[in-house]
Amino acid sequence: MVIFGARKSGAAKRLNQSHEIAIEIGGMPVLFRTHDLSFREMMIDRYTGFISFLSRPTLEFEVELVTPSSEMESEEDVQVEMQDGVWHLQRGDFRAQWDPEAGRGHIRQSANPYSVDSVLRIVHSLILAGKGGFLLHAASAIRDNRAFLFSGISGAGKTTISRLAPPDVVLLTDEVSYVRREATSYHACGTPFAGELARVGTNCSAPVATLFLLEKGSENKIEVLNAAEAVRCLLRNILFFAEDAGLVEMIFRSACDFADRVPVRRLTFVPDTRVWDLIV
Amino acid sequence: MSEIYIARSSQIAARVLGGEMMVMSSVDSTFFTLNEVATAIWQAADGRTPLTQIVVRNVCDEFEVDFETACRDAEQFVNELSHHGILLVSDRPFDTSAGPVEAA
Repeated sequence: MVIFGARKSGAAKRLNQSHEIAIEIGGMPVLFRTHDLSFREMMIDRYTGFISFLSRPTLEFEVELVTPSSEMESEEDVQVEMQDGVWHLQRGDFRAQWDPEAGRGHIRQSANPYSVDSVLRIVHSLILAGKGGFLLHAASAIRDNRAFLFSGISGAGKTTISRLAPPDVVLLTDEVSYVRREATSYHACGTPFAGELARVGTNCSAPVATLFLLEKGSENKIEVLNAAEAVRCLLRNILFFAEDAGLVEMIFRSACDFADRVPVRRLTFVPDTRVWDLIV
Repeated sequence: MSEIYIARSSQIAARVLGGEMMVMSSVDSTFFTLNEVATAIWQAADGRTPLTQIVVRNVCDEFEVDFETACRDAEQFVNELSHHGILLVSDRPFDTSAGPVEAA
């Protein structure tokens, strides 16, 4: 098990001078720069365990905080598109640009933690797509130095199985799993993206042993899925926001490669602790 | 069946996994799993061979299906994939000298 980053500490407070904060997920630090000290403090609280002290971030964002307006409260869906080499990300509550070549970007939002959270998910999904990985709508956990993913739609049991985890299990997330491609395997990394459990994951990683597709039922059982079914379920649960044909094709190839290398199983379970007897 | 020609779009991703052909449109992310017969037609869709010839050579001969049934199923399959821009259809051969055909 590899441990990333560091826990919130006195050192985090001393870095305050520049009003910068780097959030590291999957070993990839993203720096946010703000003129608002209280916003930075809010982010330190929100991303405890994922604050990075490395001097070389993968990319940097200037965060421009604005007064909330009715326009920013709209239910507008997220839009992500590339124009002239710059990614444009927008939703009702934020507007952001990111130049991947320069490694710099800008976010315009009100002082809330949710907009930055969305930008982080989108940016990581784009970076991962180019590297053969992906963000998966799944809980994940490490047991005996092996990671297990538990994927499914809302209500399938991601939070339930996370809540039932025994003490020897390290929880990576109960909502959005970070899957990174290594040379010949896939690694699951902890994320601060929490679901109903409302608890950030542990910032560590391990090779993925099995992907379980969750289903609640009257008995605990594990069934093998054929490759096509595995890929179909994976594609249904991969988080991807951009309308970009090239990246969509890469996601497809990653899903196929993942299903080829990692066992994918359907896990039907009764919501009690005995289900974890099967996760070995 | 009037003569038609079919070609695979360049805006797709395809891969055989566990013996099954999987195809996804990179435009609208629609995903298809092709059965053996559909895979045979898909693989033969070179833009130059008439569909009837593909049906005779790659379906009737290989899967012991009568021509009429095979043609009807092939047309249905081609219509569905062409609707998603995965297969391109024309009443004349495609110019494939420059590589895969671009979807319109």
